[in-house]
Amino acid sequence: MELMEMTALELSQRIRSGEISVREALDALYARVDACDPDYHCYVTTCREEAYQEADAVQQRIDAGELRESPLAGVPVSVKDNICSKGILTSCSSKILSNFKPAYDATVVERMRQAGMVIAGKLNMDEFAMGSTTETSFYGPTRNPWNTSHVPGGSSGGSAASVAAHEAVIALGSDTGGSIRQPCSFCGVPGLKPTYGAVSRFGLVAYASSLDQIGPIGRDVADCAALFEVISGKDPKDGTSMQFPAFDRQAVMAQGLKGKRIGLPSDYFGAGIEPDVKARVMEAAKILESLGAQVEPFAMPVVKYAVPTYYIIASAEACSNLSRYDGIKYGYSSPDAENLMETYVKSRSEGFGMEVKRRIMLGNFVLSSGYYDAYYNKALQAKRLIQQAFFDAFEKYDMLLGPVAPTTAPKIGESLADPLKMYLGDIYTVMINLAGLPAVSVPCGFDGAGLPVGLQLIGRPFDEAGILQAARQYEQATPFHHQWPGCYAKGEQA
Amino acid sequence: MQITGDLVQYLEKLGRIQLTPEQENATEKDLQKILSYIETLNELDTQGVEPLSHSFPVTNVFHEDEVMPSMDRESLLANAPNQKDGCFQVPKTVE
Amino acid sequence: MKYEVVIGLEVHTELSTKTKIFCNCTTAFGGEPNTHVCPVCAGMPGTLPVLNRAVVEYAMRTGLALGCEITRYTKFDRKNYFYPDLPKAYQISQLYLPICTWGHVEVQGKEGPKQIRIKEIHMEEDAGKLIHDPFEECTLVDYNRCGVPLLEIVSEPDLRSAEEAVEYLEKLRAVLQYVGVSDCKMQEGSLRADINLSVRPAGSQELGVRTEMKNMNSFRAIARAIESEAQRQIDLLESGEKVVQQTRRWDDTKGESTAMRSKEDAQDYKYFPEPDLPPISISDEEVERVRTALPELPEQKKRRYQEQLGLSAYDTEMITSSIYFVRLFERTAELCGSPKEAANWIMGDLMKLLNDTGTLPENMAFHPDSLGKVIVMLAQNKISRQSAKKVFEQVFKADVDPEQYVQANNLGVVTDTGAIRAAVEEVIAANEKSVNEYRGGKTQALQYLIGQSMRALRGKAPAQEVTRLLKELLGD
Repeated sequence: MELMEMTALELSQRIRSGEISVREALDALYARVDACDPDYHCYVTTCREEAYQEADAVQQRIDAGELRESPLAGVPVSVKDNICSKGILTSCSSKILSNFKPAYDATVVERMRQAGMVIAGKLNMDEFAMGSTTETSFYGPTRNPWNTSHVPGGSSGGSAASVAAHEAVIALGSDTGGSIRQPCSFCGVPGLKPTYGAVSRFGLVAYASSLDQIGPIGRDVADCAALFEVISGKDPKDGTSMQFPAFDRQAVMAQGLKGKRIGLPSDYFGAGIEPDVKARVMEAAKILESLGAQVEPFAMPVVKYAVPTYYIIASAEACSNLSRYDGIKYGYSSPDAENLMETYVKSRSEGFGMEVKRRIMLGNFVLSSGYYDAYYNKALQAKRLIQQAFFDAFEKYDMLLGPVAPTTAPKIGESLADPLKMYLGDIYTVMINLAGLPAVSVPCGFDGAGLPVGLQLIGRPFDEAGILQAARQYEQATPFHHQWPGCYAKGEQA
Repeated sequence: MQITGDLVQYLEKLGRIQLTPEQENATEKDLQKILSYIETLNELDTQGVEPLSHSFPVTNVFHEDEVMPSMDRESLLANAPNQKDGCFQVPKTVE
Repeated sequence: MKYEVVIGLEVHTELSTKTKIFCNCTTAFGGEPNTHVCPVCAGMPGTLPVLNRAVVEYAMRTGLALGCEITRYTKFDRKNYFYPDLPKAYQISQLYLPICTWGHVEVQGKEGPKQIRIKEIHMEEDAGKLIHDPFEECTLVDYNRCGVPLLEIVSEPDLRSAEEAVEYLEKLRAVLQYVGVSDCKMQEGSLRADINLSVRPAGSQELGVRTEMKNMNSFRAIARAIESEAQRQIDLLESGEKVVQQTRRWDDTKGESTAMRSKEDAQDYKYFPEPDLPPISISDEEVERVRTALPELPEQKKRRYQEQLGLSAYDTEMITSSIYFVRLFERTAELCGSPKEAANWIMGDLMKLLNDTGTLPENMAFHPDSLGKVIVMLAQNKISRQSAKKVFEQVFKADVDPEQYVQANNLGVVTDTGAIRAAVEEVIAANEKSVNEYRGGKTQALQYLIGQSMRALRGKAPAQEVTRLLKELLGD
């Protein structure tokens, strides 16, 4: 079996058994990147020198018998470019951080290194994770491997596309309003947005601090569960991270779905949803029923308030979080600035793209004196009502099922012209961040044009095990995770 | 809420960014559209609802008052566009 | 027309915790620029704050000592503004639910004791330091002070004069020092005040338009700034002009203030709840634990010093005005067993030395046992009072060990009665005139003879012994 076709768990198994070396795994990955990335543009950086050095160190640990119990040891992992990696460019796909090399690793990166994983490179994204298409990247868009005239989704577009194109074995994304789940849906790979606080945010360059979470994207649900196990858990460096009941990956993979009650929010299937998307999700519901679950529709009228609430809160936090980029301490500094004010204004005006500027302005508006109560405070109240609506639903259901996005991947260039339309595409995902819940995106088929469709399973706080278990059962009952766009690029065919 | 050119310029000032006149025009329209949509939130009855800033009721997370080494100055300043005498250098601040 | 000056103070005090408020960097003052900094206090991308447990404890201690309510559910907010000394471009502070509310400090107003209300106390982080490069047109930024914990103590506009303001600050400083939350070293910036001031016609209930003067860091400057600003505002009103709401900068060398920015370009701080820090919930037990552990406060000490130790009201007032006096006094009294003698030395010799050298009590640099040792040696007649004063001066100036110093400089009392007698006899022989005067009934002449004898003995003999011998030899 070709190396890059393996799941991360398989690959690690073979590396730990001595069949494959860590270097060979990296060789295979970079060969694929060299062959495909000119077409897809998933990566901002491939840190080969550092990766091979680390590969050698990991190999030594494996040879010394150290990482026998570490299920992902030796596996190259690709990381979204808003997650800090010591000494390696961490640009957030923004000009303003296009020369920023942090002096520290994010906690998740530290934990992956401890588990014997090797950082292979940094993945393209929407600038500062603001966008749903990866088109707002300073480095240019990533393309959907299923059809390169379409976007991969966003903001973790590079992460989802790299896993789909087998340019990455496994990847990390971040999800503030759907940024893991939506590109996973568009690229036909599974991905997990953990409960807020399940994974440390230390080292994740903040977009909206109360909503951001790092999560895994993998070839299958088992890979996602394994990486989640590595990165999750309380971190003394992140006061909002939490300890939760031990996550048992093996048990997740074993249990059945029998007797589980799954709620289907009918407001997730209203106006705007493409018929193909609706059909695929309803088919998935049938499969889940056939696996022993009870699926039942219920009303969730707060859905219509999710996008306004989200954009108020996210923009407000973003405008504050992004104020530190001022051309003084790190990052891009305008060469034309002649005084302090110009250093600020020119560095920021030249360093940020239009979507980021738009959200900074929106954030400044909703926080400015006179508007705070009408907008920001109102949104915080709506946030509570949205969370309450989920908690009410969980009185009746073990988990909820719905589409990830109303559509499949749009064409490149179609979305940015109308920001509001783009924001509306986030309707099914942002609520989950507002409520702080875990949700997994799983491929559930294709639309008429052959573009992937994803379903979303939403769980109770810290019930990653529950939704991953259901997702795994579903995945094993369907062929979608074995299907990938293929990559017949020049290098390989020759 | 009516978005005006003045408001757009005020928001630029607050965010320390400067748009071109074309961008200002486009932004005025975009923000107007977005805000009009956002105002659907006014239909939601939130009377008496306690605002929720943190998703979960976590409290009292502390670090202990024990000194740990700071970072070396070279790495602190490594990304700085301008530095001098171990400091970040900025254009003269005048008030 | 007669005017009333209305003053409110916002006092910032740096807490003397070991580490910064949101990271484990040291709070030690000084150090090479940017050496007490980590990615968190430098606000590097991706970093997160974690609250220092001790800061909450210190804030509660302060609040309870000032009679405040402790907020049981308190949290942080972001105050957003751009300035190079603020690396995140927001200061983590408290707006909506500050940790303490409604306390007070009592001052001696013109018409008797008066309560100055404290509206709130909140926790926040300090900013860095800007150093203006004298040679190039640039400013250098040092983040060592960034993230040092601060308490901001906000008074109601209850103060009516510069004297009241300074007294309020002195009292506040004493409390902060007593409860051990801050060393309040003004020259290091660990205590500074913003002055909000307005004037109004005497008798009016309405507040006038106020101005603000920020970051004042000496009591003298504060008093002068208040006098000057009050006069400026009164002059404006007298000449029919209006006071403009603005922030002003006080220049202490010129003795005048200048406008910095007016309300029109007032900043919009866009406060909102800090998402990175979970709220703090404080239980009744916790409040009681801190309350019971509070040390004796200035008012309690005053009462005890007067009632139990028998000190005068004046001495008590002076000694309790600074924790540094209190510590020295209590240690000295303990060592010498005489609170009165300890107080006399502090009120006499120490105050004089502080005055003469322009030293602040917090900068006294001698070993806390030294004054006690000097007094003990004096009480045991090992040194004369004259020598004791000399020794203490050296203690104060060079932190010498009193015992070693006495020995090294041969200041020990002459205990050889033969030698004393010989010296006294010599003085009697050489001063016939005075001897005759004394014998003729002029008792002051004895003082002169005592002085001469002490001089001959280079001050090293016990004065009582010299007096006794003189009287004996003169046939009393």
